[in-house]
Amino acid sequence: MTGVRITAWLEERIDLWPLRHFIQKKAIPVHRHTVWYYFGGMTLFLFGIQVATGILLTLYYRPSGEEAYESVQFIMTDVQFGWLVRSIHSWSANLMVLTMMMHLFSVYLTQAYRKPRELTWVTGMLLFGIVLCFGFSGYLLPWNVLSYFATKVGTEIAGQFPLVGQVLMRLLRGGDEVTGATVSRFYGFHIAILPATITVILGLHLFLVQKQGMSIPPAVERAHRGQPLKTMPFVPNFLLRDLFGWFVALGLLAALASLFPWELGQKADPFAPAPAGIRPEWYFVFMFQSLKYIPAKIGPFEGEVLGVLGFSLGGLFLLLVPFLDKRSASGEPSPLFRWIGIGIIAYIVIFTVFGYVAPAMK
Amino acid sequence: MVVQQQDEQVDRGRRVVNWLLGSSLAVLFVSIFYPIVKYLVPPKLAEPMTFSVTLPWKLAELKANSGRIFRFRSLPGLLVKTSGGELRAFSAVCTHLQCTVQYREDRQDIWCACHNGVYDLNGKNISGPPPRPLEPLKLNVRGDQIIVMKG
Repeated sequence: MTGVRITAWLEERIDLWPLRHFIQKKAIPVHRHTVWYYFGGMTLFLFGIQVATGILLTLYYRPSGEEAYESVQFIMTDVQFGWLVRSIHSWSANLMVLTMMMHLFSVYLTQAYRKPRELTWVTGMLLFGIVLCFGFSGYLLPWNVLSYFATKVGTEIAGQFPLVGQVLMRLLRGGDEVTGATVSRFYGFHIAILPATITVILGLHLFLVQKQGMSIPPAVERAHRGQPLKTMPFVPNFLLRDLFGWFVALGLLAALASLFPWELGQKADPFAPAPAGIRPEWYFVFMFQSLKYIPAKIGPFEGEVLGVLGFSLGGLFLLLVPFLDKRSASGEPSPLFRWIGIGIIAYIVIFTVFGYVAPAMK
Repeated sequence: MVVQQQDEQVDRGRRVVNWLLGSSLAVLFVSIFYPIVKYLVPPKLAEPMTFSVTLPWKLAELKANSGRIFRFRSLPGLLVKTSGGELRAFSAVCTHLQCTVQYREDRQDIWCACHNGVYDLNGKNISGPPPRPLEPLKLNVRGDQIIVMKG
């Protein structure tokens, strides 16, 4: 057996015992909420797909105002399986945001952020922000009408920030307007800056998860007071279940990419009016829709500014929740924070649905 | 021995399961890597059958015994006006290793500086490493304009 010989060769040089011990010892608690343990790994798998397909796309994509749209068109029409690679990249991006949100809110509602896992939660929230930046920067790259206006509006909203807004907007746009320079810039963010950042933070996030093991929901802990919980070994039992999920996800991606190849739309034209029914990617719709309902002026303040500040505060609240939720930290039930979480989820779901239904009712 | 028979049956069953698992994994990997490998091969760009370019120089401004490089689609072309006043056009890509050739006024030939390949004014390779003549291009003169086409 070559495998055995390679291991022996390594064993002579590196002490593999800690690794082996870790793999043998790693166990997953089994209880009512075990299913939620799969969503982090699922997000990681989809991220891996993004890395692989993204690298492939860089081989043909050309990041400039003159060539971006044409190069994506070339990928979709001329390159063998180019349609497949790009469609999987787009679909997987959307599924990844979805599984990430499920991961985030299941972790929130099972209060896994509580002591001692505050840092895991904080790195997770940073990852959430980075992934949204990935989505926002990647959306512009095909340089079509939708992505052009989404970027125009998105960077305009960033420009609403008090004090730093205008500087931030010029920094994002690479000038005063959304142009080919913005495409080159977003490409740099999308394939260099964000990947480098996510690598470090994701490494930290995964390290912390391995270091501390799985969190058991407090309700389950209280119900099992004094009795040890049932567990299953991570290798092979849980890992095989993980792999099964990934396998299904891969099949789903292949089916979506084949049946619904991602549209390319019309090439961006800075001198054409915005098309009707324009809206951002679905995961930004709830914010987009909320901004529509805020009156233009609230007392001395601009409505938009208040909206942007409101969402920033919401993000900040989520980021700091392990330090605000004192009851969970000391192991007591914390219904207030649970209801706040349910409120946030309900808000996002309702406003997202509004974003898709309200324009149709007009 | 009943026990042995049972063992053999278990072994056979295990072999079948292993084979099925292995082959389906192989199919999975092939179905993932086949598109990737195909994707990596750049597609052939369809070349238009006819292609012509109008040179940026007037007929009058060309001296006899001179050569100029021009853009022909994505490759360089060479326009030569012989000392006899004849116009000739070639692809300026050396047939040896694709360097760009130039016209030598002192020797009245076409020369590639990379490996000292020499062509005569018909594009024929006459010394050095070039294995083939230069690709000739068609010339058309309309009034003051020079139009070059694929030969």
